[in-house]
Amino acid sequence: MADEYIIRNGHVYDPKQGIKGDVMDICIADGKIVSKVSGKAKEIDATGKTVMAGAVEIHAHVAGPKVNEGRNYRPEDKLFTCKATGKTRMEGGFSIPTTFRTGYNYARMGYTTVMEAAMPPLYARHVHEEIKDTPIVDQGAYPVFGNNWFVFEYLKNNEETNVNAYISWLLRVTKGYALKLVNPGGSEAWGWGKNCDGVHDPVPYFDITPAEIMTGLMKANEQLGLPHSIHVHTNNLGNPGNFETTLDTFRLTEGVKPNNKFGREQVFHHTHVQFHSYGGDNWGNFESKAKEIMSYVNQNKNITIDLGCVTLDETTTMTADGPFEHHLTELNHLKWANLDVELETSSGIVPYVYSPDIKVCAIQWAIGLELGLLAKDPMRTYITTDHPNAGPFTRYPRVFGWLMDAKYRNERLSTFKHSEKVNDATSLGSLDREITLYELAQMTRAGPAKALGLTNMCGGLAPGMDADVSVYNINADRLDGASIEKAFSSADQVFKSGVLVVDNNEIVAEPAKRTFWVDVKVPENKQVERDVAMKFLKYYSMNLGNYEVSDHFAPHPYVIEVDAS
Amino acid sequence: MTKTISDVICPFCGTLCDDLVVTVSDDGTKLLDVENACAIGAEKFLHSQASDRVTRPRMLQEDGSAVEVSYDEAIEYTAQLLAKAKKPLMYGWSSTSCEAQSVGSEIAEQVGAIIDNTAAVCHGTTLVAVQNVGIPSCTLGEVKNRADRIIFWGCNPAHAHPRHMSRYSIFPRGYFTGKGHKNRKLIVVDPRTTDTSSLADIHLQVEQGADYELLQALRAAVRGQELTGDIIAGVPKAKVYESAELLKSGRFGVIFFGMGVTQSLGKDHNIDAAIMLTKDLNEYTKFSIIAMRGHYNVTGSGQVLGWQFGFPYSVDLSRGFARYNPGETGSIELLKRKEADAIMVLGSDPGAHFPIRCVREIANLPSVCIDPHITPTSEICKLHVPVAFVGVEVGGNCYRMDNVPIDSRKVVEPPEGMMTDEEFLRAVNTRITEIKAA
Repeated sequence: MADEYIIRNGHVYDPKQGIKGDVMDICIADGKIVSKVSGKAKEIDATGKTVMAGAVEIHAHVAGPKVNEGRNYRPEDKLFTCKATGKTRMEGGFSIPTTFRTGYNYARMGYTTVMEAAMPPLYARHVHEEIKDTPIVDQGAYPVFGNNWFVFEYLKNNEETNVNAYISWLLRVTKGYALKLVNPGGSEAWGWGKNCDGVHDPVPYFDITPAEIMTGLMKANEQLGLPHSIHVHTNNLGNPGNFETTLDTFRLTEGVKPNNKFGREQVFHHTHVQFHSYGGDNWGNFESKAKEIMSYVNQNKNITIDLGCVTLDETTTMTADGPFEHHLTELNHLKWANLDVELETSSGIVPYVYSPDIKVCAIQWAIGLELGLLAKDPMRTYITTDHPNAGPFTRYPRVFGWLMDAKYRNERLSTFKHSEKVNDATSLGSLDREITLYELAQMTRAGPAKALGLTNMCGGLAPGMDADVSVYNINADRLDGASIEKAFSSADQVFKSGVLVVDNNEIVAEPAKRTFWVDVKVPENKQVERDVAMKFLKYYSMNLGNYEVSDHFAPHPYVIEVDAS
Repeated sequence: MTKTISDVICPFCGTLCDDLVVTVSDDGTKLLDVENACAIGAEKFLHSQASDRVTRPRMLQEDGSAVEVSYDEAIEYTAQLLAKAKKPLMYGWSSTSCEAQSVGSEIAEQVGAIIDNTAAVCHGTTLVAVQNVGIPSCTLGEVKNRADRIIFWGCNPAHAHPRHMSRYSIFPRGYFTGKGHKNRKLIVVDPRTTDTSSLADIHLQVEQGADYELLQALRAAVRGQELTGDIIAGVPKAKVYESAELLKSGRFGVIFFGMGVTQSLGKDHNIDAAIMLTKDLNEYTKFSIIAMRGHYNVTGSGQVLGWQFGFPYSVDLSRGFARYNPGETGSIELLKRKEADAIMVLGSDPGAHFPIRCVREIANLPSVCIDPHITPTSEICKLHVPVAFVGVEVGGNCYRMDNVPIDSRKVVEPPEGMMTDEEFLRAVNTRITEIKAA
């Protein structure tokens, strides 16, 4: 821990400080970035290389019940791709890698913070067990709130203080990081095999609409002043013509202002927008509405998004959007797993092959990139594949290549079986923008860190911040797709909180990783305590006394305290 | 004075009841009473207090007698046995915590073992079927709150999961099921009359071994297709139609199934059909299917192996990466082929449940049995290491049959000087690291 390092002469890209490729030294001591080090510091020569902060993953499904069901029900995903190294734990899996492989692969790519995108509260213990077994990267998890019966009832009755108290309680007992909403209302409707198709489509029996759920939780999130905003996957995912629903959802944020002490400027994060930017009314006239979506996002500073880029792989889709996965299995007839969770959510899993020979898949691929290239503010637009839904996170370097090299991208675009139709349905071919290294650092480091309320901790290289640093063997002089893909797949060096974890492209250390969670203090609320006790007594299958995730599941917690009392 | 501990988890079956109330002596050394548990669960707690309990490791002698040895000697023996073996089998894992299972994985990786759990002889076929066709499922609380159609297929919860029907599936009143059992229709599929079938609205007395036929007939009937023959799989055709209509007419249905259908003729193909019946029914209403997992943490073993290696059971680590091929890498096959050269058993009793050929093979091998009880397995293994009862004398995480994790509790101190299985495994793991480094 006490090791000092100096990374010399690299091209540094740090949007946090506005550094755009200047050649400079980065110093590390006691786990932090510092302005200078002693003569004993170990030297890393980064001449001709790129130096960035450790990357921050804002949305990936990497731990928990559905991820593990995906692993267990897809032995075909393993394919003996992993050789033992003798130094690290055994690895396995492609689209749904084992926990060890997940941690190692993120670290190899220079990622040091990874957020699990959907945690069913009843299964929080499972999520934390897997997080504990995922080496190196710091992690947090977003408990799902969008189909929760407590939330429905409090919001319906306009009981704001009770919503806040319940959120505070659930974040604490699940050791959760942020409020996740997945197909709000629709996943509860799936309990009866139904769905909510639009934001004003009421939830069966509960007499509340998705719009009311999102608005209510957004308001609560700002009243509490949480580090992250609400993190939303809206209704109607994956359907032709769904961009209208997405725009209806975005409009809910109008006039809402952020309130927090963490430097976060958005009130609403919409995830994997690629899946929500579709025009047409059937698969025949399916087309991109990326322009309409990005025109709204560009004009509204209180929204952030992540892309959800399709990588054209065989992968495993998984989401707390239960009705969507049923819809998908009806489309592709591949094996369907479903898991409805009492009072809280549903979820499903279906394998999927994004074939370059299928028109719709190629259009989806184009939309993801269009969104990224149409983004006017890279600090509000983050690169993801909604791992593993649109593709495994290990394909990020390839996505970077497509975004950063127009030639590389156009080669792919022009070699689809239905390239002409893809060009008709999207504008990708007309976009010549190439994302720069600085913009890449915004879209993978500074941006997501800011949206998560971690801007003073990670995603940047300012003195005092955690020493999460990645060194890549590439620079602005040679930014062709293949080189980009190679360099970002395997960092030369990666530091995690000042510890050298990757050296010469190999894992060399596995320091204790941290679990981030948010502890928000609210005034004592006897009504909510009573409601919780009653619901557990009558409707849960577990006793209240056994619900809370105890401390040993997060042996190295990093608790962010928020005072809303 | 005595102390009362509530919200105690029962470490017996996959129902994983978590509402037990246990009374212990003031100093926490004696367990005096157990409330809310079924007869089997209560006995598990009370048995920890038996006066004739083995509290130190015992080494089997040539003459069949057993000699007490220290834990240190037991650690050394176990570490040497595993480190020296070319293809050791580490079997069991269903009656212990996920924490202990996790240490077991580390050992298995170090020594290149085959690591397998009791799914190999119970619901392994279910896991294979899920790999074939997926599984639409839900938590047991969903059943309680919504279900109005229940099928018990090849299982007898009245005896094997005694509190299942009262806690989750038949009797409880939930959010949308205020009338409790009065609004639930029950179909039991079993060749025999059982205490469970006595509660059924329809008892389908399927001909033994004909489950697959009956399942496919139900699928056809659900789709409105015509069935030929008056009797199908031992069941009158009219009853098959009646059952299909009953299932379709519900708002939310669940199939629970047990070893009567997973280990009878057809095996994983039966479960394929049961899952596809469930999927078909989702075209008409909402339907789920849940395996009646036996041991209290067999599900957890599948989870831990899943996130660490990617496969739920029968995982072969002998080549330096994880391989899985049930039928080849399973315990039964391995022992039948005499391929394992050492065996460690923890948290299961293959001596009582494996085919006799396999039991003989275990008796012939260098072998360790880690188990709080004296069992048929502990009597044929070269070394028996008694450990504290998980869920009674030490806590640890467990997964219910619907994959819901519940952290079990320690309610009473183990006899003085006894190790827990996790402690024992950690010591063995450390010793193996030393041996391998030397």
